[in-house]
Amino acid sequence: MSKSVRVGGHISRQFDEELDEIRSRVLKMGGLVEVQLDKVLDALRDGESSPIIDIEKVDDEINDLEMQIDEECTQILARRHPAAGDLRLIIATTKSVRDLERIGDEAQRVADMVRHAMDRDASKKAFKGLLSLTEHVKEFLHETLNTYARMKTRNAVKIMRRDQEIDSEYSRVVRRLIEFMKKDPENIADGLDVMWAARSLERIGDHCINICENVIYLVEGQDIRHQNVDEVKEQLS
Amino acid sequence: MNTAINNTMSEIAKETYQTVGKPLLDSPKMSIKNTNVFYGAKQAIFDVNLDVGHNQVISMIGPSGCGKSTFLRCLNRMNDTIDICRVDGQLMLDDLNIYDKKVDVVELRARVGMVFQKPNPFPKSIYENVAYGARIHGLTDNKVELDELVEKSLQRCGLWKEVKDRLDEPATGLSGGQQQRLCIARAIAVNPEVILMDEPCSALDPIATATVEELIHELSENFTICIVTHSMQQAARVSQRTAYFHLGKLIEVNDTSTVFTNPEHKLTEEYITGRIG
Repeated sequence: MSKSVRVGGHISRQFDEELDEIRSRVLKMGGLVEVQLDKVLDALRDGESSPIIDIEKVDDEINDLEMQIDEECTQILARRHPAAGDLRLIIATTKSVRDLERIGDEAQRVADMVRHAMDRDASKKAFKGLLSLTEHVKEFLHETLNTYARMKTRNAVKIMRRDQEIDSEYSRVVRRLIEFMKKDPENIADGLDVMWAARSLERIGDHCINICENVIYLVEGQDIRHQNVDEVKEQLS
Repeated sequence: MNTAINNTMSEIAKETYQTVGKPLLDSPKMSIKNTNVFYGAKQAIFDVNLDVGHNQVISMIGPSGCGKSTFLRCLNRMNDTIDICRVDGQLMLDDLNIYDKKVDVVELRARVGMVFQKPNPFPKSIYENVAYGARIHGLTDNKVELDELVEKSLQRCGLWKEVKDRLDEPATGLSGGQQQRLCIARAIAVNPEVILMDEPCSALDPIATATVEELIHELSENFTICIVTHSMQQAARVSQRTAYFHLGKLIEVNDTSTVFTNPEHKLTEEYITGRIG
């Protein structure tokens, strides 16, 4: 895991600027996705849905950025014919942007489900465990964005290893919700909303893993998809 | 270039090195071992080891002055025409040592043909340009056989339909792209085993370039092709293997797909991503 990718240093400074612009837009997009999850966290902490009322606007911004970045990547492919690390940067970026956009959609879904349940005055018991899961997923996403920004393979592998923690926490939330719904059929509507929210949070974790895989491809030039973390670590060592 | 940079470059040039990637092959068509080339006291190529595969296209890329053309010209002893040029090492074409004193250079160049940067048809008819090589190499003098050879060579280069009705017209009347394809037809008419191409498309427009590249692809079914190019996209399009030269050293040889997506050597990466040139 000793390789590194150099973004700048081209003879064409304009090319450097174009790549920098794309990277900073990706990070801006990541920042907006974090804002979405922050709003969900605020709602869960406050026990009321007002922080997530205008979350669609954030999603619109995310979608706009996705299209802008895709267009910029297309222009670079057409005009610069990037190779090696530059080519991998463009490919990893277009894939990561798609994952970020889907993370945005999942965060929107979490917000919708939480708002739906809250507006129905769902029992607080229904939300048990969801705050913690959201916090962990938010931290996971933050670490993933840092990994993309710093292009560190080692960090990417660490994050991939932690995905099991998210999956286990999700399973615990689901088991708890099943018990909650079993106790009283009146709980089923609330339980299902929270379950869908938890499911979306778990999916956000999976998209973070995809971004980490893209970072490894970008830095190492190796496609490590569909392998377990130990195999990945061995392949990269 | 200032003295400091010159000194740094000559230091780089002197240090020992190892070519990374896969420079050697099993049963190659050409095998170049420990080859050095000097122009007088100045060394232009440093200890190059490289195999060229049967019916493969290998591209040689690198910044101006890196020695890729000098190296290419060693492969059919074109450098013999330069008095101060000295080549040492072992350069084999199958079992033939190219630089063996007994080797007839004219025969060697029939086996290892060359196409140059600028189309250079003879000031003769289209027909004569193709037939000339076959005549001087004694392949045939028979008119019927020569006609067949000219037609076949022009067909292989995709030029027959364009010129069949004006074979007696001067070759210099053809367009640049047609002239270059005529030169390739001339080269293949003597049935070489290897074709060397020194920037064959640099004087051509994009359409003519695409036609020649398609021709290179088709010819690679029957010929081994070594091409020097300044266009990295061309190297990426036409070759199966790519060799990167830097300051006279063969830095990396790898499958073209590897070189352009994940090169092993930092210098290769810097060159193909436009950081040095």
